[in-house]
Amino acid sequence: MEHQRSVSGLSQSPRSPSSQPYLSVSVTDPVKLGNGVQAYISYRVITKTNFPDYQGPEKIVIRRYSDFIWLRDRLFDKYKGIFIPPLPEKSAVEKFRFSAEFIEMRRQALDVFVNRIASHNLLQQSEDLRTFLQADEETMERLRSYETGIFKKKPADLMQIFKDVQSKVSDVVLGKEKPVEESNPEYEKLKHYVFELENHLAEAQKHAYRLVKRHRELGQSLSDFGKATKLLGACEGQALGKAFSDLGAKSEALSVKLQKEAHQLLMSFEEPLKDYVRAVQSIKATIGERANAFRQQCELAETMKLKEINLDKLMLTRSDRVGEAEHEYKELKAASEEATRRFETIVRLMNEEIVRFQEQKTQDMGIAFHEFAKGQARLANNVADAWRSLLPKLEACSSA
Amino acid sequence: MMGSENPGFEEAHLFASREEMENLVLDDPLTTHHPNNNNSYSSFRSANSSISESTHHPLSPPVLSTSADSDPLLSPPVYRNPNASDNNSYIEPPSYADVIFSPFDENSANEINRIDSTSQDTDSSFALSRSSSSSSDYIKITVSNPKKEQETTNSLVPGGNTYYTYLITTRTNIPDFGSSEFSVRRRFRDVVALSDRLAEAYRGYFIPPRPDKNVVESQVMQKQDFVEQRRVALEKYLKRLAGHPVIRLSDELKVFLQVEGRLPLSVSTDVASRMLDGTVVAPHEVVQPAKGGRDLLRLFKELRQSVANDWGGSKPPVVEEDKLFMEKKEWIHDLEQQISNASQQVETLVKAQQDMGETMGELGLAFIKLTKFENEEAMYNSQRVRAADMKCVATAAIKASRFYRELNAQTVKHLDTLHEYLGLMLAVHGAFTDRSSALLTVQTLLSELSTLHSRAEKLEAASSKIFGGDKSRIHKIEELKETIRITEDAKNVAIREYERIKENNKCELERLDKERRVDFLNMLKGFVVNQVGYAEKISDVWAKVAEETSGYAKDS
Repeated sequence: MEHQRSVSGLSQSPRSPSSQPYLSVSVTDPVKLGNGVQAYISYRVITKTNFPDYQGPEKIVIRRYSDFIWLRDRLFDKYKGIFIPPLPEKSAVEKFRFSAEFIEMRRQALDVFVNRIASHNLLQQSEDLRTFLQADEETMERLRSYETGIFKKKPADLMQIFKDVQSKVSDVVLGKEKPVEESNPEYEKLKHYVFELENHLAEAQKHAYRLVKRHRELGQSLSDFGKATKLLGACEGQALGKAFSDLGAKSEALSVKLQKEAHQLLMSFEEPLKDYVRAVQSIKATIGERANAFRQQCELAETMKLKEINLDKLMLTRSDRVGEAEHEYKELKAASEEATRRFETIVRLMNEEIVRFQEQKTQDMGIAFHEFAKGQARLANNVADAWRSLLPKLEACSSA
Repeated sequence: MMGSENPGFEEAHLFASREEMENLVLDDPLTTHHPNNNNSYSSFRSANSSISESTHHPLSPPVLSTSADSDPLLSPPVYRNPNASDNNSYIEPPSYADVIFSPFDENSANEINRIDSTSQDTDSSFALSRSSSSSSDYIKITVSNPKKEQETTNSLVPGGNTYYTYLITTRTNIPDFGSSEFSVRRRFRDVVALSDRLAEAYRGYFIPPRPDKNVVESQVMQKQDFVEQRRVALEKYLKRLAGHPVIRLSDELKVFLQVEGRLPLSVSTDVASRMLDGTVVAPHEVVQPAKGGRDLLRLFKELRQSVANDWGGSKPPVVEEDKLFMEKKEWIHDLEQQISNASQQVETLVKAQQDMGETMGELGLAFIKLTKFENEEAMYNSQRVRAADMKCVATAAIKASRFYRELNAQTVKHLDTLHEYLGLMLAVHGAFTDRSSALLTVQTLLSELSTLHSRAEKLEAASSKIFGGDKSRIHKIEELKETIRITEDAKNVAIREYERIKENNKCELERLDKERRVDFLNMLKGFVVNQVGYAEKISDVWAKVAEETSGYAKDS
């Protein structure tokens, strides 16, 4: 399956203005709005595209975090079976502080989120995506506030039948004690893999976060050490004192480098790991959806069978309720077929998604590892250079 | 292709603990070219544990294995970055990545007697020798073999008092000792006695302070731990004594180190001078500072005197030298502050380096687990590729973790010099206190003399009014004159003592200045070389990973 090339978050000019369809999005310019508890961040979302339904070639809208959540929820609802790209966490606490780092991390994560959707061959077709990228702010706000419940319910939908069935048919009637589950060994293996993976990743992410902290702490201690050494140098005076002071100055300079590297580490290594964890959690949500779909399929199939038996009975007795029963049976059959179709779609999609997911993650982690290694090598080089530069003077001191 | 498989890698077991991680055999050129591959890991564990156990610095320095290579300074230096932007100074920076740190060799004579004994062999060409004379003779002292013994004298409780003795072994080539190797058993009480006697005999000198009695700790700690702690402290103390150019040749130390059986150094209980109370004493006994108990009266007299001084009553004769001395004293005080402050920050730095190493290792371990997991459960090739990438990173992280910990162990050794000098500051205080108490004695005697003189004058004046003389008064005058003579002698002795102590102070201050410069420079060099060496090693490790994952790089 051909996937569209994943575009980076930076605005790019289209490769060719003509036939190649492209959809490129960037989330930029976070601005803090509002006060106190009401404060929030708004982002500029810039869309460059030649898609037919879009206002092109470029459109800029203002969006906030809850708009992204709206988009994710809509996609999750509509595209069951697809691993919807994850969003950065809602943070009740950080929100109040809104540190520059937090804002930048969130912006980066939102940018990645939208771009993953834009580059997914199915998701990019979504109407909701188009709304998100194009609608004006008032419309967006209206949609956002509809999100709670009412908007979801469509009585004509087969969903209603599903819901009715669920409430009527109990496990006892079906003769089962526990909820219905697939008995697919390969799928079991996948589920087990996903759950285990989350644990492993969470641990790795935890240590990555601690590593960031360690960099900050080492930076701080170098700064303090530098200051103390400079004071000692001032006290000592003469050549030795100068040596101490120089050492102290280098130490302070290195402290700055360490703080910088800590930030880099956070953005390019720890955040991708967190993103990985979130992605796995998204898969878990899809697994849940699949289980629901499977259960619905089973329940409807069972109910349909019962209805069929009942109908046959009624036909034999030439009851005047046959028409009604027939009609109900037809509806149920359609619903059952729909449920089966939905389930099978989910299964098919998931199989494709898992391949895509593994490949994507290898890419993402490859980049993260590369940046991590580069950063550590760069830092170590800085350290070596800084200290090494002191040696000639120290040698001179000794021979003096 | 990124993430090449590393065939030698052991994937057999899940690594549940840090020990397992350290047992990890990493097949890779950076470690395998050390011939003592296995040794380095086991000694590494001990370095690691000694760091994690002690809160400040390990009491016994960790032993790192040497490679068969000799001093890298003898071999031609390897230039890491030929295109380095370093200014072409007269020294081309060699690669310290190949610096191999020799173990803390107890047999290395050069290191033993000096405060900078924690410096390393590799910077022996960097390190200045303190004085050319001391490099050939040595006194090497070890304290070992603690044994529990019973108090043999009559005690109320049968099987009563037990105490520990330590075997003190000395090896020396100094002829004064009469023998080149000898040992004695001593208990802590003997060390206290030695210390007290030295304090009396070598007033004005910077005498290394003895280990604390640690009464509370001796109750609270586990016996073995306490005894071991004490053993180490004693060894350090004796080594410092042996490192002092004057004290190492003292009778007191000789007796302590050589004479078998009960220590013939009596604990000084009785400070002579009661002459101020009216008792006739030998002049030289006067010059010892007053201590508690029977010298109470003298103490009061001296207290009165020092109070009088403070209140500007009878000011001591202000000698030009005193002002210089006061400046020096203030400077020393400031220096002490700065050293103390710096050593505190060192502790924080060491902890931060330690933590960095630990977390890096834990991260590596987590990725090892992930690698294993992905490989076991792999359904797609992309997973295997990712697993290989992870292993690459994990291996590097674990190596880097080890380097951080090694770096730290060395950092501690180098910067320990700061702690040593803090200890020395106590000795300096002691020496300055000797001086001020000697001065106080002189002033007390001067003041006493003037009191006696005026009393004598009054008596004579009164006596001369009576014709023919006043027998009792004349007798009193005679006695008084005798007292004055003795006090006069005592004053002279006291002045000589004071001058002697001042001279000792001066010499010691000069010695301190000289030695401190050398020690601190060595410390700085050692610290810097160490940092450079390990930073280079760590950089190499990560550069390799960056290289191997370069295929993922977004843009050039």
